[in-house]
Parts: sequence; C-alpha cells; structure tokens
Amino acid sequence: MQNHPVFTDNDPQNELSTLNLGPTHPATHGVFQNVLQLDGERIVSGVSTIGYIHRAFEKIAEHRPFYQITPLTDRLNYCSSPINNMGWHMTVEKLLGIQTPKRVDYLRIIVMELARIADHIVCNGVLGVDTGAFTGFLYMMEYRESIYEIYEEVCGSRLTTNIGRIGGFERNFNTKAFDKLRKFLKDFPKTLKEFESLFNRNRIFIDRTKDVAAVTAEEALSYSWSGPLLRAAGIDYDVRAMNPYSSYDEFDFEVPVGSNGDVYNRFLVRNEEMWQSLRLIEQALAKLEKEPSDIFHADVPEFYLPPKEEVYNNMEALIYHFKIVMGEIATPVTEVYHSVEGANGELGFYLVNDGGRSPYRLHFRRPSFINYQMYAPMSRGMLLSDAIINMSSLNVIAGELDA
Amino acid sequence: MGKITNEELLNSLNAKFEGLFTVVGEPFGLLTIDTTRDHIIDVLTFLKTDAALQFIYLTDITAIHYPEQEKQIGVIYHLHSLVNNVRIRIKVFLVDGDLHIPTATTIWNGANWMERETYDFFGVIFDGHPDLRRILNVDDMTAFPMRREFPLEDPNRVDKKDYFFGR
Amino acid sequence: MSDIQIVGAPAGVEGAGFFATSLDKAVGLARANSLWPLPFATSCCGIEFMATMASHYDLSRFGAERLSFSPRQADLLMVMGTIAKKMGPVLRQVYLQMAEPRWVMAVGACASSGGIFDTYSVLQGIDEIIPVDVYVPGCPPRPEAIIDGFMNIQELVKTESLRRRNTPEYQKLLASYGIQ
Repeated sequence: MQNHPVFTDNDPQNELSTLNLGPTHPATHGVFQNVLQLDGERIVSGVSTIGYIHRAFEKIAEHRPFYQITPLTDRLNYCSSPINNMGWHMTVEKLLGIQTPKRVDYLRIIVMELARIADHIVCNGVLGVDTGAFTGFLYMMEYRESIYEIYEEVCGSRLTTNIGRIGGFERNFNTKAFDKLRKFLKDFPKTLKEFESLFNRNRIFIDRTKDVAAVTAEEALSYSWSGPLLRAAGIDYDVRAMNPYSSYDEFDFEVPVGSNGDVYNRFLVRNEEMWQSLRLIEQALAKLEKEPSDIFHADVPEFYLPPKEEVYNNMEALIYHFKIVMGEIATPVTEVYHSVEGANGELGFYLVNDGGRSPYRLHFRRPSFINYQMYAPMSRGMLLSDAIINMSSLNVIAGELDA
Repeated sequence: MGKITNEELLNSLNAKFEGLFTVVGEPFGLLTIDTTRDHIIDVLTFLKTDAALQFIYLTDITAIHYPEQEKQIGVIYHLHSLVNNVRIRIKVFLVDGDLHIPTATTIWNGANWMERETYDFFGVIFDGHPDLRRILNVDDMTAFPMRREFPLEDPNRVDKKDYFFGR
Repeated sequence: MSDIQIVGAPAGVEGAGFFATSLDKAVGLARANSLWPLPFATSCCGIEFMATMASHYDLSRFGAERLSFSPRQADLLMVMGTIAKKMGPVLRQVYLQMAEPRWVMAVGACASSGGIFDTYSVLQGIDEIIPVDVYVPGCPPRPEAIIDGFMNIQELVKTESLRRRNTPEYQKLLASYGIQ
C-alpha cells in the first residue's frame, strides 16, 4: 500500500514490534497514520503519514472568485469554521483596503469566540474520552449544540458555516440570536465549572496527563508551534494580542500561559481560554449596545452584493451585482499575508493577487499541519498510552492538516 | 507597528548583506526582500541569531510558480520576530531546470514539513533535507500539482458529461 | 403503561405461548434494531456524526449504541467525509474485512459523489470502490438526515432475504467491484 520507511536497519534481531496506528483508528481524531516501532510498551521510533484527506484547497482556490473561497475555508478547521471564514474575509479586506464598521468587528468577535469555545469543547472533551472519562464530553456537547443554534440563527448552517461576507455579514443578527447568545452565556459557565471540577483535581486524570509530553519553549519555537500548545510551553504569543485585528485591541482579556508544556498544561490553557472567550463575548455584547443596531456590513458596493430588492429596482445596484458576480471589478495586484488566532494556533492566509477574479496563489498557513510535525520526534521514548494522550491534546484536525 | 521599524530592519540587513538582496516592496507594511539561493541560509541565520532582530519564529515556507518569468519558481519564507513584533518576507526565485535550494531545517526544525509540502507541490529540491519525500499527495505521483499547467480536475474521469458543465 | 415505544412485532400467527412468523422477518427485526456501526469518519461529516451520537440526537435509540472500530465486529460501514484517492485502498480493505451481512452508508456529499471537491486527489464517490446501500446527501447533513439515512438502512435490513448474500445477482455486484 503506502510506502513508508522499513525499520529493519535498527532492529537486526527483529525484537521490536511494529504497530500501525491509523489512518482509521479511534485514537486518531481524523485520518492520519503513525507507524510506530515498539519495544514492549515503549515507542522506539515512529513515522507519520498524512495526506489521507488531501482535497487540494489551494489549487481549487485559484479557480474560484473571492466570495466562493469562503466555503472552502470552512472545511479547513471544521470544528471552528467561523474563525477560518472571518480570517479569510479579513485577508481580502486588507487586500482591498476595506474598513469595516465597529459593529461588524464586535459581531465578528462574538462569532469567532463562540467558535473557539466550540473547538475547545471538542478538544478537551475528547481528551477526557481518551483517558476514559466519557461523561464530561457528553455534558459539554450539549453546549456545542447551543452554539450550533446560534450559528443557525445567523447564517442558517450548523457546522460549515460560511458566515459573513467580504465587508461584514450577510444579514443582521436578529433578536432571537441575541437571546440564544445570552442564554448560552448564562448556562455555559456552570457546565464549564462542572467540567473543570471533574478533571482538574482528579487523581486519575492528573496521573495520566501531568508531565506527559512536556515540551520546552525552545523546542516548541523551533518547531513553529503556535496557539494553546505554545502557550502551554510558556510563550505568550497570541495573534489577537500581538497583531490585533477586528478591534481586539479595545477589549480586555488575558492570554493564559502554562509552564512546562505537558498535556495537563495544555488542558488547563484551553479551559482558561474558554473562560476568556466568555469574557470577550460579554464585553462585545456590552459594546454593541452603544452602536447603531442596523449596520452589519461595510459600505463597499463594489464588493458587497446589494440586496435583491435594490437589484431589481435600482440601476446601479444591478450593475454592481453584475460586476461582482462576473468578476469585472479590478483588484490591486499585490500580495498580502494576514493571520488570525485560530483555535489551534496562528492561521495565516498568504494571498497573491493578479487583479483578476480569483487569487493567483492562495496559501493557508495551517497550524495543525505545522504543530503535528513534532509528533513523531516527540513520541520517541514515550509509553504508547502517553503517545495517544499526546496526540489527543495536539488537537489535530484532519481538514486543516491536509487542506 | 512594532518596536523595530522596517527602515531599521533594512539598515541592519544592509549593514551585513549590502548588494546581496533587493527590496521588492513593503505591501501592507510587511518588508519583502528578494535574494539568491547562495545567500539565503546566511540571511536566515543572521535574522534568527542577531541579538537586536531575533527573528526566531519561522511562520511559513511556501512557493509560487510564474510560468512566463525567466526564474519561474519562487520559494517564499515568512519570518516573525516575537520580541519586536515585526515580520519579514524573503523570496528566492529559481529557474525551472535547476530547482535546488539549501534547506532551512538546520536553522529551524519546523522547516521540515513545510519544505516537504513545497517539494510535493512544486518540485523544489531542498539540499540537505533529512527526508525529502511527498507528504500530502500519493507517493507514486510523478507531477507537481500546484504548478500552473497541472489541471485541477482528474482527467481520467469518464462519467462527467461536458454538455452539462457548459463545455 | 409506560410510554416507551418498543419495536412492533412482525406479521405472524399468535397464540397462547407461541408466535409463528417467518425466519426472514424475525432475523430482519433482530438485525435492524441492533446494527453495530463502524464510523469511518474522515472529516466534517464526522463531527456531525459526533453530534448525532451525543445526547441531543442520540443514535443509540435506534440500537446503534455500540460503535465498533474493528471491521470484523461491525455490520454497518458509515463512511462520513471526503475519501481521497490515498484513502481509497484503506477504505476498501476495511470493507473487505467486514463479514456478511454488511451494509454501507455514504454520509455526506463527498462520500456520495466527491462533493464540492472535484479535484485530482479526491475520489468522486465511494461507490467507485465499494457498493453502497444508502446515500445521505448534505454538506454536512443534519443529524436528522443522518438518522433518516440510518432508518432507511434499517428498512433495508428488515426486508432483506436471508439468501440475498448467496444469490448470483449479489455475487455479480461484488464482482463488478473486483471483490470475490
């Protein structure tokens, strides 16, 4: 089948056993393969193989207009698709020089922080499942359903959201969305506290995760780690704090930092990030009260589709509609790199434009891909069960791994 | 922006590598320079180890293909200095028949898979890479899919009727 | 009287202490309500499957409580997500390891027909390599749609004849995929 290096050169007596972990395996949360060489329970070496869900996003993006690339970005990190969508829209807005109104920024922050909470719910819940604790996962999935309901009110879809347009949102958030959001903000903290009480001082969980896969900050930086993994190792690099986008600099939040980068620290960092996200959403709701409630997109008729009533009645709207859909609007011939803080780390978009309807080259800097390359070197010398927990805490999303 | 301006960055680079690189521009505030493959490792090492600049974070390595240019394939590095909060983009253009460039894995471990991905999609050979083989595509693929001439859709499909797709 | 619904008995002759029906119907009833799925979740549809298995939509009401990741112990192969050409041989091997009777459900647009990814690296539908019983369209399909697909599989299982797997038509179907 797939060729991978054969291990016989360091094992002439054939005493070590080879274990194929994946690509279809419950422990790998996604399709990637690790062929491990084991000495009993201890891993001697390992080789990772990825690409089992390579869908050629970058190639597809060269054939699609900007607004049709948003559904592609959905499917990168599909556990937190709004962050990918917003990141892409912000990249295009940076290219085109569009300034979004404050209300759009605050609404974007709400949607992105909800997505971050949703992703960490899955990651920490599944980390619990991998250590054997199923209950916490079920308690938290209920709130992922609540987040899905809020997305449904905004954009109609649950998981692959395609939220927003270049310049803002496709429709204003209705009162039902805000009611559901407020209900979520009221109910979720109790469950998060319950979840933490199940795990944080649980003897079994601490024995499974403390000092497992500890990573020093130098190693993490040399492997270009980012996101909660790097923060658990002690470096406080958060794109929201360092290169603020979408008015994050007006908000008051802390960046949780761990100490030794082990699985327990990563778990705690993600939990604390969920608390900080809740804080950000509350602040955004408070700031929204002071903004006029009917603005939901920037005033850029060249890139934002006009409403259908105007298209049928107004000549300019008709012309703009035609030009946008057929791609007749000139765009700057330059290149831009924009990054946002995805749930796994720095999600970057490198867009090279040639003035046409589609990008000339679009490259996604995918945090899961870059974080995962350390897995095989890191698992050398680990026990097999520790390697499984390590994989789970890296939060590798297969869509983002392969793109 | 950051604690170091692009001008200071350019001055530091000029002090060491005057004439060995050209400034392409500063699109959206990101200094972009162009150098050759003989000097790229020195430039990257200098940027990483210099005490004032400290570009310790390798954000990404990728490539781009311009078929009508003389030097068709460009390898693009994005670096980030966390301490000074400044980024830089370095491009190295290579001729298609001679796509060799020294590897950056000696400087950052994280360059390993980034270079494998660039090899997989464009065919750029990184000299000195410990394990340069395909990473995302199937292992027995012979072409390099992200080049402009490679088609997006599978040419061997028999069930797609051109009539329905407007062709 | 509790309001928990139990599965209705098949058509048969009932008497004091006995119930006579045909073996097909009894076996079909037992199989349909105790399918053990193998969740072959590759991408986004897999997350919707997780939501289906969680408490809100709860697939285990339909008897699919015990997920099996080993193909030898599974009845239903639920392929959820995009199958790339690199993954094709893996999927085929998993299918071949399943014992008869086995059913296949293609969840999502990517598994049914390649979805939005009409590219060189994506298999345009898993029915190019394995026979499929039920297709669930959607990108991703809602959990209700996945449950509807599951109920369709249950209908197929309930009405399937015990001899179907040995008939020449079925053998011809497998041979067209290159499976002995």
